[in-house]
Amino acid sequence: MNFLNNYIYYIGAFGLVFIGLYILLVKKNLIKVIIGLSILDTGVFLFLIAVGYINKGTAPIFSKTGLNPKNMVDPVPQALVLTSIVIGVAILALALTLAIKLYKHYGTLNLRKIKEQRW
Amino acid sequence: MIIIVSILIFLMLVSAIIAAVLKDLLSAVIALCVVSLIAAVLFYLLQAPDVAMAEAAIGAALVTAIFVIAIRKTKRFEE
Amino acid sequence: MRKIISAILLIIIAGGITLSLMKIPFGIPKTKVGEYYINKGREETGATNIVTSVVLNYRGFDTLGEITILFIAALGVGAILSLGRKRTDKKEKIEPTSSIVYTGCRFLFPILLLVGSYIFIHGHLTPGGGFQGGAIIASAFLLIYLSCPGKRVNEKYSKITESLAGLIFIVLGLIGLAIGQEFLFNFLPKGTLGTLLSAGIIPIIYIAIGLKVGSELTGIIDNLIEKS
Repeated sequence: MNFLNNYIYYIGAFGLVFIGLYILLVKKNLIKVIIGLSILDTGVFLFLIAVGYINKGTAPIFSKTGLNPKNMVDPVPQALVLTSIVIGVAILALALTLAIKLYKHYGTLNLRKIKEQRW
Repeated sequence: MIIIVSILIFLMLVSAIIAAVLKDLLSAVIALCVVSLIAAVLFYLLQAPDVAMAEAAIGAALVTAIFVIAIRKTKRFEE
Repeated sequence: MRKIISAILLIIIAGGITLSLMKIPFGIPKTKVGEYYINKGREETGATNIVTSVVLNYRGFDTLGEITILFIAALGVGAILSLGRKRTDKKEKIEPTSSIVYTGCRFLFPILLLVGSYIFIHGHLTPGGGFQGGAIIASAFLLIYLSCPGKRVNEKYSKITESLAGLIFIVLGLIGLAIGQEFLFNFLPKGTLGTLLSAGIIPIIYIAIGLKVGSELTGIIDNLIEKS
């Protein structure tokens, strides 16, 4: 139970990373590969925020007047993950437009068949 | 408290495996939306409300909408 | 064959990462930079939300890089989808889908705009900020496309808003350079802690970021639906 209490967030985050890596390596359809990229992103964000957590800490916002600044969680990983979420959605939008153009040009979204057609 | 977190993480991993296995791409995108939503709840439980709001607004609403528009212009079923 | 090799590779990587994962403790403070930002954040910036002061004041240059990436992505989506398209001005018939969806979207649209604006105006006092508020405003414009297929958002005003908001951000940074200090220096007075007009230039920058991100994401969705 103590093991579970300490490491459950890390197990969840790395589970998502490995499922995303498996989809990237094995699957053939281009849109499924892009779904795997998004799952990989979410796993890495979960890991970064779990590293910055302090036991029995509160959020780093001074909303009331009597809060003690000694037991607040780390604010730096939260700022980095906030930037990364927006960058993730920008990459996803660009990847999906390229997928739409590829489908128009080749007629299929199967990666093995697109590699065989060398023009 | 730790029981609720364990159940949520187990549901998130099961949902990610469902998104990897299904052949209907529209259902796989809905499973991705569920992963994003449970991740937003976990961000809140790790005392990060800014990140939870960003993940819920961007990951669960806009990413799903962009995927559905892209699937509509290509094929729906993986072959 | 490919599945077996990749499964073995992933098991080896998983074993290696698990061995190194046992050394990272969970729930113990690890760095000293976070403590400095929490202790000195209130008097140096004047904002009560420490994450906002880290994003905009201590690490403001990274936010500028992120806005550049979002701008390049929106530009790329618009440019790639317009290649090889002939200019057709066909007018589709605009009619709403069904009366429940149409009435619900008409009811929700001003409420979503209000909530999004509240979130990015109060970014330095409560959890929130420019990116979250901008995403909510983009969701509000997505509802228009859902309720009436064929209706388009006016492209000209959206592009003008996006360009002006980005220009305001850069001009505020350059004023800090012109005074004699560094780029994105906080030159307005800090005010009293906890009121709306405090923390220098941070609320002004967040309003500019909120409008810019909202109109950019709306432009991406508009390009994806309309072209091709």
